[in-house]
Amino acid sequence: MTERAARTPFHFLGCWELREMLGRRAYDERELLEHLEEVPVDSIYFHTHSCFLRERNFPGTYPNDFATWAAIQVRDRVLGEKLGIVDPQDFADLESLRTEVVSLIDDHVSQIGSVPRVMFGEPFYFMQSRVLEIPTGIKVRTLREFRDALARVDAAVVYLHVIEARGRKGRRRNDFAAWIDEQLGLPELAGVVSRLNPFPFGLERVRARIIALCDTALEGAP
Amino acid sequence: MTSAQPTLEDYRPLAPAGTIDILRRLSERVRRRRLLNVSASREIGGVAEILRGLVPLLEEVGVESTWESVDTEGTAASMGVRLHHALQGDEERVPEDVFEEFRTFTRARAAALEDGADMVVTHDVLPVGLVESRPQEGAWVWRCHLDVSRPQRRAWTFLRQYVVKYDAAVFSLPAFAQRLPIPQFMLTPAIDPLGDKNRELSAREVDTILARLGIPQDKPILLQVGRFDRFKDPLGVIEAYRLVKRQHDCRLVLVGGAESDDPEGVELSADVREAASRDADLHVLELAPTERLEVNALQRAATIVLQKSTREGFGLGVAEAMWKSKPVIGGFAGGITAQIMYGITGYTVNSVEGAAFRARQLLADPELRARLGAAAREHVRQNFLLTRHLGDMLALLATLTR
Repeated sequence: MTERAARTPFHFLGCWELREMLGRRAYDERELLEHLEEVPVDSIYFHTHSCFLRERNFPGTYPNDFATWAAIQVRDRVLGEKLGIVDPQDFADLESLRTEVVSLIDDHVSQIGSVPRVMFGEPFYFMQSRVLEIPTGIKVRTLREFRDALARVDAAVVYLHVIEARGRKGRRRNDFAAWIDEQLGLPELAGVVSRLNPFPFGLERVRARIIALCDTALEGAP
Repeated sequence: MTSAQPTLEDYRPLAPAGTIDILRRLSERVRRRRLLNVSASREIGGVAEILRGLVPLLEEVGVESTWESVDTEGTAASMGVRLHHALQGDEERVPEDVFEEFRTFTRARAAALEDGADMVVTHDVLPVGLVESRPQEGAWVWRCHLDVSRPQRRAWTFLRQYVVKYDAAVFSLPAFAQRLPIPQFMLTPAIDPLGDKNRELSAREVDTILARLGIPQDKPILLQVGRFDRFKDPLGVIEAYRLVKRQHDCRLVLVGGAESDDPEGVELSADVREAASRDADLHVLELAPTERLEVNALQRAATIVLQKSTREGFGLGVAEAMWKSKPVIGGFAGGITAQIMYGITGYTVNSVEGAAFRARQLLADPELRARLGAAAREHVRQNFLLTRHLGDMLALLATLTR
């Protein structure tokens, strides 16, 4: 079963991120809130999803820029913690995620009765990015080939197929899970791969976990 | 370069895994597109340093790339320096005749510019006005390498009238973004790990060069490389060194100098030399822009590298030292904060005392120096090598010239 060759191969795609500045900045949490309501949804994506592309070796304090800014630059650790726990995968789309972040900050500022501001730190700079997809030239047809290729590709490949696929393209599940299910006919493995969440742990943990799952499936193969 | 021009393949062992293959694929999208870079000079300064490595690689991957300078004789350097200082926040008022001189300069240079490129990138102030004569076709991009986080309003207002005529602007940091009606991209500059400034040197080569420069290696060396202007704060570095010297026997090497047409720089240079004349462990070196191997050797021989700037567009010297696995103490300014991750790849400081404290700490702890230095090299590998800059330029070309 696991040695089955897919009719449609999996093409690994890499990416290159071109960062764009919106020229908007926030010096306090109220300003952050106001800009958050107005910026393009791509900016919400940039600050909550594509941090993984930029912080491969030295991850930030939290897995989204809003939380890290509140905790480190404003020194409002409570808001940092509240925003840090937000998991983008819990939301159907980016607008729902925006609503949650706005609501959390609004609620926090209302409760403390003052507006925390950067005193010595950096303001929050709103950005967005354009991600250019690039074929790596690697295509695989079996689970073993998939596993071996996944082990050697750049982390940006994992980003594109796991995070970009769901976060920006709005796909129901990540590209790896979809292919394993539809082309290899392994719905159980696909289900586990689909549920892997990169947000608390980062891309390398997701990669390592998928490889381990493939190894287990291959060991049990007839 | 004293050696042959490196090819993209030569960067494979230095760049992050997979980068070269991705770059080749990315370049297929923009093959045979024509790119013109225009800078003030082809010899002097950080922009020339960047383009010297970048342009041949762009050509190698199939972009028809050319590079022109608008001030080959250096006659407009003084005007350029005044405008640079004003854009970086210098409060000294720029006289109207400088603006008039700029308009005349721009008109003359625009007449000589060849058109026909798919994308034209002008770098910093001197070529910015060429956009006045832009043809209809082709994308025009203004690449600003300066720290324009707090520009003098008058100077920025003058420059802005040109900038808004571009299709996009590029800055090194989000903090430098302006209120503009055009897209603003962020591209951090990068160093060439195979250029003479950064290529590997043997211990023997380093020893030979330092002996020739008259720098003994009998004590730990603190080093700062940078023009003698007040934004680089060489006098602050001397003060910090004196505080360090109370506890650690060490040398300070200041590599810099001042243009003869920069009166403030000349005065500062005299002050630095006067301080050095009373201290045998304080060395002041004035090196020509072509003496890149010498800077390389000094950075490799240094125990700690300082870049105590108060304003800095990016500060390529920081990345150069980090690539050589040196712990860097940098001023909390501009692009230095993007390169130094506090306590992980080095330290940013806000005062003379802060610089002295971190220097003392690093001199006393070789393991800390090694740890920060190793992380610094890896940080540069991931973010500030020429290969990343090449990818960003290809992506910009693909995005703006579809």
